[in-house]
Amino acid sequence: MTVARGVWVLGEQRNGRIHPVSYELLAWGRALADDLHVYLECVMVGTGITAAAKSLIAHGADRVRCLEHSELLTFRVDPYARIVESLVREHQPEILLAAATTMGRTLMPVLAAHLHTGLTADCTGLSIDPNERLLLQTRPAIGGNVLATIKTPEHRPQMATVHPKARRPLAADPSRVGEIVVETIDESLLGSRVLRLGFEEDLTMASSLQDAELIVAGGRGLRTAKRFSDLFEIAAHLGGVVGASRCAVDLGWASHAHQVGLSGKSVSPTTYIALGISGSPNHLAGMSSAERVIAINSDADAPIFQVADVGLVADLADLLPRWLDRLRARKRRDGQGGLGG
Amino acid sequence: MLARIVVLIKQVPTTESVRLNEETGTMIRTGMDSAINPLDLHAVEQAVRIKDNAPDTTHITVLSMGPSQARSAIREALAMGCDEGILLSGREFAGADTWATAYTLVQGLRGLFPFDLVLCGERATDGETGQVGPMVAALCGLPLITYVNRLTWDEGTITACRAIEGGTEIVSCPLPVLACVLRELNEPRLPTLAGKVRAHELDITVLDGEGIGADKSLLGLAGSPTRVVKVIYPSFQRNTQLFLANDEGMEAALDHLETSLRRAP
Repeated sequence: MTVARGVWVLGEQRNGRIHPVSYELLAWGRALADDLHVYLECVMVGTGITAAAKSLIAHGADRVRCLEHSELLTFRVDPYARIVESLVREHQPEILLAAATTMGRTLMPVLAAHLHTGLTADCTGLSIDPNERLLLQTRPAIGGNVLATIKTPEHRPQMATVHPKARRPLAADPSRVGEIVVETIDESLLGSRVLRLGFEEDLTMASSLQDAELIVAGGRGLRTAKRFSDLFEIAAHLGGVVGASRCAVDLGWASHAHQVGLSGKSVSPTTYIALGISGSPNHLAGMSSAERVIAINSDADAPIFQVADVGLVADLADLLPRWLDRLRARKRRDGQGGLGG
Repeated sequence: MLARIVVLIKQVPTTESVRLNEETGTMIRTGMDSAINPLDLHAVEQAVRIKDNAPDTTHITVLSMGPSQARSAIREALAMGCDEGILLSGREFAGADTWATAYTLVQGLRGLFPFDLVLCGERATDGETGQVGPMVAALCGLPLITYVNRLTWDEGTITACRAIEGGTEIVSCPLPVLACVLRELNEPRLPTLAGKVRAHELDITVLDGEGIGADKSLLGLAGSPTRVVKVIYPSFQRNTQLFLANDEGMEAALDHLETSLRRAP
């Protein structure tokens, strides 16, 4: 029996352009490949990727496997799964990672089922157990209140998905050397009973939350829907967007599109302001890669303070109106200043 | 011709007081409040809406794996208008990860061939993996449509809208097919009193590993490729400056907040 070797990440492209999540996956994979002293390979399925493959090497890949065909431009689960499965069976990587996008969350379970191996969804931590050479996959579990570490002792590859934006890409190093392999496509694998009839573009809140540089997020500690709605005004003053904890969404204070956390979106803004959010692992999993976290909560023992750079222990019922007064006053001043030249 | 729909459901704990088996890291599912997974209600609702259009020629089976008290989750679905309930239950199923769960459900589905449509919720609120539906489709060889927020059934074909990054994808597929549905799909109905009475009178078939002709080595913890190594209550990493504000200090706290916001991270 051959021993499975190497770390693979399943990159993504949209309309022939490499999606940035591919670079995040390379950052995850690079750390594991270095620990294992093996190659990091990036598998790209789609069209027009061979030309762009150099940027994947600059971001950490040792080898890029390009699976190109005009019929693979958009993700369809059947052909993607068959093609990746046959490549995995041929080369036997020990680890296969993908992003927890709608593509990764559809494709990876199908692959794991066919390959008869384990898959851990939405990992927030991946590391190597040096004794057993096994992938340790950590994810929030049981409603997001604890972190579970999971391994796949005997089945290969060890498979996991990670949330987009949970890790920053490595800086590009154009001098890195790697290999680009153009794989031949077995056209008999391209069929699917599911037919794509069309696509309606809709750039909603969800994407702007993930791209935002500043997020003002609220949770149950705000105590009223009215106080939560004040966050929209604060966010407007600060040039940010509004996020919400699962509690706030469950209470109907914000729509699911605003939800930050394992069961919502992962975000990686420059500044994350958490107001009245206690910080369940579910929530922390979605925002702890923010560059700076400012937390305000009345409970000094709230876990959110453990991931905050700056923490204010304060009653939001008192602090919020005062802060709004200041922001409004400043806006008036700035407005007048502007008129006066 | 009879249209046959199978809805896969899961019973999940309704309270946060979940206990863990410290040796295996798996959940102890006995002795806690539980209900049908809220997202599965949307799959049940979709099935019942199809039946509303053709009540005499549509048959809905609810299939679940779980301990014997998961019968009550099946009854919730029956009360909404499903026709038949099957529970896969036995000690050999305990500790199953997503692969072993999918294998078990597929063995249960084999006894229901032929069917036209399998529906399931996007994910369960306890495990939150969203993996079992797609795995069932793969192991059954069924076409798979995930993230469905609109679904129509017409003359042997399903047309569905998929809510994906940046927009909505519209797909179609001839039956049979497995669809994983989102909560945006519909508003689940509340069961009527008559529905509840009917659900109470229906027998729920209970099958164990032998009853579904399963390979015992592929069931439960023994058949699970993954193992839970440890479970921790997390602690974190940043060097937090904590500022305590009381009544007098609120303006000072705001000064501190605004200074922090102005400083580059």
